[in-house]
Amino acid sequence: MSVVTVQLGQCGNQIGQELFKAIGDDSSSGQGLCSEGQKQAYAACSQERFFFLEQSGVPSARAVLIDMEPKVISQTMATAAKSGRWKYGDQSYFCQKQGSGNNWANGFCAHGPRHEEAVLDLVRREAERCERLAGFFTMMSVAGGTGSGMGTYITQCLRDTYPHSFLLNQVTWPYSTGEVIVQNYNSVLTLSHLYQSSDAILVHENDTVHKICSQLMNIKHISFQDVNKVIAHQLGSVLQPAYTSAVDTQYSRNPLGDLMSSLVCHPEYKLLSLRNIPQMSDSSLEYSVFAWPGLLKHLRQMLIANAKMEEGIDWQVRASQSRPSTGQKGNPSKHLRFNTSLANLLILRGRDVYSADTGGFAEPLLYSSWLPAEVAFNTWRSPKHFNRYEKSATLVSNSQSLLKPLDSIVGKAWNMFASRAYVHQYTKFGISEEDFLDSFTTLEQVISSYTHL
Amino acid sequence: MTQSIVVQVGQCGNQVGCRFWDLALREHAHVNKKGIYDEALSSFFRNVDTRTSAGEGIRGGKISSLKARAVLIDMEEGVVNEILQGPLREVFDSKQLITDVSGSGNNWAVGHKVYGCTYREQIVENLRKAAEHCDCLQCFFVIHSMGGGTGSGLGTFVLNLLEDEFPEVYRIVTSVYPSAEDDVITSPYNSVLAMRELTEHADCVLPIENQSLVDIVNKIKQMAYSGKPGAVIKQDSTIISGRGGVSSLEKPFDAMNNIVANLLLNLTSSARFEGSLNMDLNEIAMNLVPFPRLHYLVPSLTPLYTLADVNIPSRRLDQMFTDAFSRDHQLIHADPKHSLYLACALMVRGNVQVSDLRRNIERLKPSLQFVSWNQEGWKTGLCSVPPVGHSHSLLALANNTCIKPTLVELKDRFMRLYRKKAHLHHYLNVDGMEQACFTEAVSSLTSLIGEYEQLDATKGLLAAEAPRLNIAV
Repeated sequence: MSVVTVQLGQCGNQIGQELFKAIGDDSSSGQGLCSEGQKQAYAACSQERFFFLEQSGVPSARAVLIDMEPKVISQTMATAAKSGRWKYGDQSYFCQKQGSGNNWANGFCAHGPRHEEAVLDLVRREAERCERLAGFFTMMSVAGGTGSGMGTYITQCLRDTYPHSFLLNQVTWPYSTGEVIVQNYNSVLTLSHLYQSSDAILVHENDTVHKICSQLMNIKHISFQDVNKVIAHQLGSVLQPAYTSAVDTQYSRNPLGDLMSSLVCHPEYKLLSLRNIPQMSDSSLEYSVFAWPGLLKHLRQMLIANAKMEEGIDWQVRASQSRPSTGQKGNPSKHLRFNTSLANLLILRGRDVYSADTGGFAEPLLYSSWLPAEVAFNTWRSPKHFNRYEKSATLVSNSQSLLKPLDSIVGKAWNMFASRAYVHQYTKFGISEEDFLDSFTTLEQVISSYTHL
Repeated sequence: MTQSIVVQVGQCGNQVGCRFWDLALREHAHVNKKGIYDEALSSFFRNVDTRTSAGEGIRGGKISSLKARAVLIDMEEGVVNEILQGPLREVFDSKQLITDVSGSGNNWAVGHKVYGCTYREQIVENLRKAAEHCDCLQCFFVIHSMGGGTGSGLGTFVLNLLEDEFPEVYRIVTSVYPSAEDDVITSPYNSVLAMRELTEHADCVLPIENQSLVDIVNKIKQMAYSGKPGAVIKQDSTIISGRGGVSSLEKPFDAMNNIVANLLLNLTSSARFEGSLNMDLNEIAMNLVPFPRLHYLVPSLTPLYTLADVNIPSRRLDQMFTDAFSRDHQLIHADPKHSLYLACALMVRGNVQVSDLRRNIERLKPSLQFVSWNQEGWKTGLCSVPPVGHSHSLLALANNTCIKPTLVELKDRFMRLYRKKAHLHHYLNVDGMEQACFTEAVSSLTSLIGEYEQLDATKGLLAAEAPRLNIAV
C-alpha cells in the first residue's frame, strides 16, 4: 500500500527531502538479503509505499510540498532532481510568496482556509495515483507559522476528506531556546488541535537530535542538514518494509495502520517517541561490531530510564510499578524516574534478526496495569541491513517520555499567557483568548493522563 | 519572493536612503556576477527596459536598467537634486520624487499639517504606483530623522498614510534621533510630536542616535589610522566604507549614513538571499513585539571592521556575538546588558552554523536579563550570503528597556522648552495645530516611558510561576 506524504513549511520540506533520500538509498542496496528475489521484493515494496514510477523511469515521491514562501520548496525540489535517482512531481507543490511570519494564527486562520482547495487538489491527485492508499504522513515543525498553523489546518481537512484513512503526523519540536520566540504558543496551539484530528503524533525534539549529532555522530559544526538527516534515518527505519511477525513471508501491508494498531490503543494517548541504536559517524561505523544482546540491553535501558541516546544512560533505573503520587503536578519529572510505557514497537533490521531475544521488552512491569504486555509490545523484523548499519534497532514508544518536554512547553506558554504577551498578534487573525484557554486545557488533560499512566 | 518599498523623507532620510541604494547595488553586484535580474534583486529593484520605457523585466533575464523601489520626499530641493545629478541618478526616475522649494523650517507642524495636506494626493499616487510594480509587497521602510521638520513631520504623516492605504503591509521605520546639542532648537518638540505617531502607527521602529553614529565613525577611524602593526583594516570591510556600487567620492555624513544603510542591508538580507534558517521581515514584529506599543528595537551591528590579517576566525566569531551586546556597538546610547530584555533577535550573515549560534547564546545568556515570561526570548536567522568584505556579520535587535533613558531625556528636553512656551507660537500658527497636540504627544511619551519602567522594575525579581490549570482526575 502507498503512503502520501505531505511536507509543510521549511522544516517539513527539508526533513521530507532527507527522508525520501534515505529511503531511496536504503532500497537500492540489498545488503543482508540473500536472494535476488528478496532484494527485488524489498525494493518493490518500498517503492510502492513511497514512490510513483513515472514514464521516464525516474521514481517520483508520493509527496505534496507546501510552503507559503518559495525559497525552500525550490531548493528542495532542485536537490531531489539533482540526485538523478528520484525526484518530486513537477506539479506536486504549492507555494505562495509571503510566509506566515511565525504566526500560527496566520497559517491556521488565513493561509489555511484560503488555500485549502488548491492543497487538497494536490493531495487528491497524489492519492488517486496510489493503487491502494494506506494513509497520510504529514511532516512539519510546531514552532513556526506555516508548518504549524497551516499544517494543523490541513490535517483537519484531511481528517474530514478522508475519514477512514490513517493520519500520522511527524512533528519537530523546537530547540528549547531560541528559534522562534512565540514557539511555545505555536506548539500549544498545534499539539492541542492535532490531538483532535490526528491518529498519532510522532515527535522529534531538536534538542535531542542535536545532542545525538554532537555526541554520537561527532559532528563539530552541526547544521540543520545534520539534524534533519538523523531524523530522516530514524523515520526511514520505521517506515521501510519489515515483517510484522516471525512467520511472515509478506512485508507489512500498511505501515501506518500496523504502526497505529501496535501503538495507539486509546485516543487519549497518541504521542509517540523514537529511539534508535546504534547511531554513529560513518568512520566509527566501519570499525564497530554489534551484537544483538548488547544493543537490546542498551535500548531497553534507554526506554525505562528515558534516555534518548545510548550515551549517559542512567543504569540505576529499574522497572517498577509506577505510583502516581499526589501533588506532583507541574513538575512530573522529579518523581518519574522510571518511564512507564503504554505500548512499544521494536523494529529490528539486519543480520541474525531472528536470533535476537526481545524478552526484555515484554515484561509486564514496563507497561500500564490495564494493557497486557503481549498486546502492548510488538516486534517487526527485516534481515536487510538498514542504511549501512549491519544491525540496527528502532523503538517507537507510546510512553511517558515526552511528558517532561511537553510540560515544559505548556508551562512556558502559560507563563507568557499570564501576562498576555504577544496575544494581540493572534487575536489579529481571529484566535481569541478563549481559544488559547481551550488549547491549554486540552494539553493539561494530556499531561495528566500520561502522568497517571 | 516579496518586495519592499523604501520611503525616504527629508534631508537625513534621503541621504541615508541613497547610501542604502548604493551599498545594495554593491552587494548585489558582488553576489550576482552574471548580471541576471534575479529574485534577490527584485526585492528592492525593478528591471526596466528603457528603450520601451515600460514593463517589468522578466526574472532570470538580463538586467537592463535597475530602478529602486523607492519614493523620495523632501520639501527642499537640495538633496534630491544632488541625487539626480549624482551617480545614483539612473536608479530613480522623476516620477518617484516629490519635492517643494521652501522647506519645513524645522517645524513638525509645517511638515505634518501643511505639507501633509498639500501633497497627500501626490504621495498616495506615488506610493500606489510603486506598490503596483510589486507582485507581493511585504514591507515599507520609512527612513527619516526626528529632529527636523520634514523628516519628522511629513515622515510621520506618510506613516499614517501607509497605515490607511496599505493596512496589510508592514511598516518598519528607521528614525534618526538628534543629539543633545543639536543645532535645531525646536528638535525636542519635533521629536516628541513624531514619537506619538511612531508609537501609534509603526509596526517596528529602529531608533538610531546621531551621537552614537559619530562615536562609531570616530572609533573606526582611530583603529584605521592607529598604525599599530597587525591592526590593518581591510578597506572594504568597515561598515563606514563608502565604496558603493556606483559612487566613489565620499561626502560628509556618508560614513555615518553608511552605518544606517548597512543596518538596513542586514535587516533585509534574509528576505533577499537564502539561508538555512530564514528570517522573513514579517517575523520581526511577530517575535519582537509582545505588546503593540512597545515596538522600539535597539539595533547593534558587528563587526564594525575586519582586520586584514586573518587569524583565529572562530574566536573572532565569538567576539562578534559578544560585541553585539556591548554598549559601544549599540546605535543608540544605551546599555542593554544592565537593562531588561523583552526579546532579542540575532540576524547572522555568512558562514555561520546553527551550532555557533547556540553556543554563543548559551555563553551570553548568563550575562543578560530577560523578562520572566520570556526567558528564552531569542529569535535567530541565518543568511548564507555575507556582506561585501566580511566573512560574517551580525545584526542584533533588542526590545529592551534600555531605550527608556533616551525617551526620558527626550521628554526632559521637551519640557524645558514647553514650560516656557518657547517657540510654541510657530507651531500654533499652523492650521490644524492645537495645544492639545503637544499635551497628547507628551502624555503618549510619558505612558510609553511608564510601560518600559514597569517592566524594568521586574528585573531581577524571580517571578512566581503562574499557577497552572488544574485537571480533575
